[in-house]
Amino acid sequence: MKDLIWLIPLFPLAGFLVNGLVYLIDHRTKGEPLHDELHSHQAAAESQKHLGHPHAHMHEETHPEPKLIHTIVGPGSVALSCLFAFGAIFDLGLSRLSEGAVHVVTLYRWLPLGVNEAVGQVPGKAAEWFVDAAFRLDSLSALMLAFVTFVGFLIHVYSVGYMGHDAGYGRYFAYLNLFMFSMLVLVLGNNFLLLFVGWEGVGLCSYLLIGYDYHKKNAADAGKKAFVVNRIGDFGFILGIFGVFALFGSLDFGKVFPAAAAAGPDVTPYMTLICICLFVGACGKSAQFPLYVWLPDAMAGPTPVSALIHAATMVTAGVYMVSRCNVLFRLSPDAMVVVAVIGGFTALFAATIGLAQNDIKKVLAYSTVSQLGYMFLACGVGAFVAGMFHVLTHAFFKACLFLGSGSVIHALSGEQDIQRMGGLSSKIRTTYRTFLIATIAIAGIPPLAGFFSKDAILGAVFEAHMPTAPVWLPRLLWVTGIFTAGMTAFYMFRLVSLTFWGTYRGTAEQESHIHESPSSMTIPLIVLAFLSIVGGWIGIPIARGGDKIGEFLSPILLPLAGAHSAEHHANVSLEVLLMAASVAVAVTGILLAYVWYAKGGGETPAKIAQRYPGVYRAVYNKYYVDEAYNALFVEGLAKGGGRFLWEVDATVVDLIPNGAAGVTKAFSWISSLFDQYVVDGLVNGLADTLQAGYRMFRSAQTGRVQNYALVMGAGLFAIVAVYLVFR
Amino acid sequence: MTITINHFLIVSFLLFSIGFFGVLVRRNFLTVLMSVELMLNAVNLNLVAFSKRLSSLTGQVFSVFVITIAAGEAAIGLALTISLFRQRKTLNVEEANTLQG
Repeated sequence: MKDLIWLIPLFPLAGFLVNGLVYLIDHRTKGEPLHDELHSHQAAAESQKHLGHPHAHMHEETHPEPKLIHTIVGPGSVALSCLFAFGAIFDLGLSRLSEGAVHVVTLYRWLPLGVNEAVGQVPGKAAEWFVDAAFRLDSLSALMLAFVTFVGFLIHVYSVGYMGHDAGYGRYFAYLNLFMFSMLVLVLGNNFLLLFVGWEGVGLCSYLLIGYDYHKKNAADAGKKAFVVNRIGDFGFILGIFGVFALFGSLDFGKVFPAAAAAGPDVTPYMTLICICLFVGACGKSAQFPLYVWLPDAMAGPTPVSALIHAATMVTAGVYMVSRCNVLFRLSPDAMVVVAVIGGFTALFAATIGLAQNDIKKVLAYSTVSQLGYMFLACGVGAFVAGMFHVLTHAFFKACLFLGSGSVIHALSGEQDIQRMGGLSSKIRTTYRTFLIATIAIAGIPPLAGFFSKDAILGAVFEAHMPTAPVWLPRLLWVTGIFTAGMTAFYMFRLVSLTFWGTYRGTAEQESHIHESPSSMTIPLIVLAFLSIVGGWIGIPIARGGDKIGEFLSPILLPLAGAHSAEHHANVSLEVLLMAASVAVAVTGILLAYVWYAKGGGETPAKIAQRYPGVYRAVYNKYYVDEAYNALFVEGLAKGGGRFLWEVDATVVDLIPNGAAGVTKAFSWISSLFDQYVVDGLVNGLADTLQAGYRMFRSAQTGRVQNYALVMGAGLFAIVAVYLVFR
Repeated sequence: MTITINHFLIVSFLLFSIGFFGVLVRRNFLTVLMSVELMLNAVNLNLVAFSKRLSSLTGQVFSVFVITIAAGEAAIGLALTISLFRQRKTLNVEEANTLQG
């Protein structure tokens, strides 16, 4: 089974092909152009919604077969992946994985790049350059594999219910399957290049799925924005890959990391450069500070997509990549400081924006950015295990939250503004319960999942040892982290208060349609809520041997020497104190949100907003970052730069064509002279000669008979004379 | 003095020359036709002279043919003269130069 891991990504690929082909053939045979078809069905779907029967749709009734194929193939291929993933993990054995077992399946030599003639400059530098198409199963990829396939499968099942009345059902599942393929290639790839292929693949699918409703301008624009912003990050990432290849002559994880571990301190400057480049890539994909702007806009995509791609899996790829490269990052304390500071800043920054958003999905989006910042904060202080732990628990509760918000939106016929919700707890009970559980989990209340991972991060930050940073930096980061935790609890419970508690504030028409989602949507919610409760129990830090996830990941993500492991367990009292602090902050946030929004009806926050209108407006408008980027990069750099480049083009660059034109002109003048005098001279000369000749002969033809007779006589005389003379 | 063939030939030559000269220089179309008759008769004289000298009747037969053809030629020439006069109200050959190049 463990030798069949290459099948894991291939199932969704096959699913993509089948879904895509069936969708295309279905639409071809109906003889309708794809685009118009979509519009008409969209309109039909909307009118159905108004009638309150979102599931009764023309498409289902007239063409049941393609829809059935999509329903089976879409989630089915991911279910097979999930089955094979767990099969492979258990075949290799959890205990062996935690002992450091690595299983590599090489499919074929992908890029043979020749022989390296400069062997021996850096220890461990490879003698032959090549890249294999190889998949790697170790404890880190096993963890990712398990939750990506499992959460992916749940969200596919959820999509069956959520997208059931959409005309692009087949297209949706084709894209979603393609995403799973790319993500699994990313997770399983055994070298940087294969990782990069998956990385670009998930970026493409993200673009396709954000812009899924491409006839809506905001969705199409959001897709483009995500793609462009990700390209900036990918540029850094690929530079980092080049750096790795230049330094080690290989891209194979199994070669690069041991070589890096064996390398001396003289590679540190290169490492700083490479790691910063790699981290720029991670910033793009995982929406960190300068490049986070695409993620909130990405909420224009369907909600299950937001759950799968923009919360649970793809956006954690950056954390996975940084963790995978932890050996490289450990060699560069400066790069680690950068990672920690960017992560901590993003966590705080995004959380403050989340305080004032009114779109249910936007709140969750900023929450995601904030939590991703947490993960990078953990990576930056060397607690890669804590970072990956948070990736895992975050995948559970954030997917649950997004799917719950999708269920809420579904129930309210597309309403996303939490100002027009409220009092839904009694109407959609399953959604409410699961959403509440996930909210408690993200807020960091024990014994739910979020508490353990967040606490692991905060503990690691508190005890962080950063040799090249100022002494106060770890403490500052810890304060940032715990403050963010409080804000997270606050805005999440603000969301719950406004959505589920209090009284209903929407229209009566919407209220009459409120209904619980079908079981294909609620069952994934229940499973994810359950995992949000128990998911953290694999990393209980106090009990000796309770940190199972740390043990499991230890072969790949060695803790920083002396900073975390042994000393950490010894200092139980400090641990408990930190836990108490984070729980106290979370409870404060929850109570504040409850008192202000559920009891007080939002009057106190409104007063605060009135007293500090500038602050409120800045937060509400997301600190005008989008506007600043627009002014700076789109207007300033792109358009102003365009004008500048135009000037350069008109003055400098045009010298070349103008010069060439001048030379051409001179040559053409010479050749025109040649043409005029030599060629035309020949032609005209011939004509003139002929003309002169015919003038001469013309004068002979006088029209006078007597002239002719004279010439005839003269001719006769001449002939006779010649005869007589030469006889 | 005996009359030899040379005398005949000299008369014939003079007659032909006068006819040819008339054809070349006279303006009137009718006179040109008459000059052509002179030339034909100079040839006839030549034919008869040689017929006598060679004691062969062929020359005389030929001259009868020429007289016949000359009659036809005169008829056609006069017809052309009338036609030309009707067209141009003149018989001046200098003016009949429509075929000038």
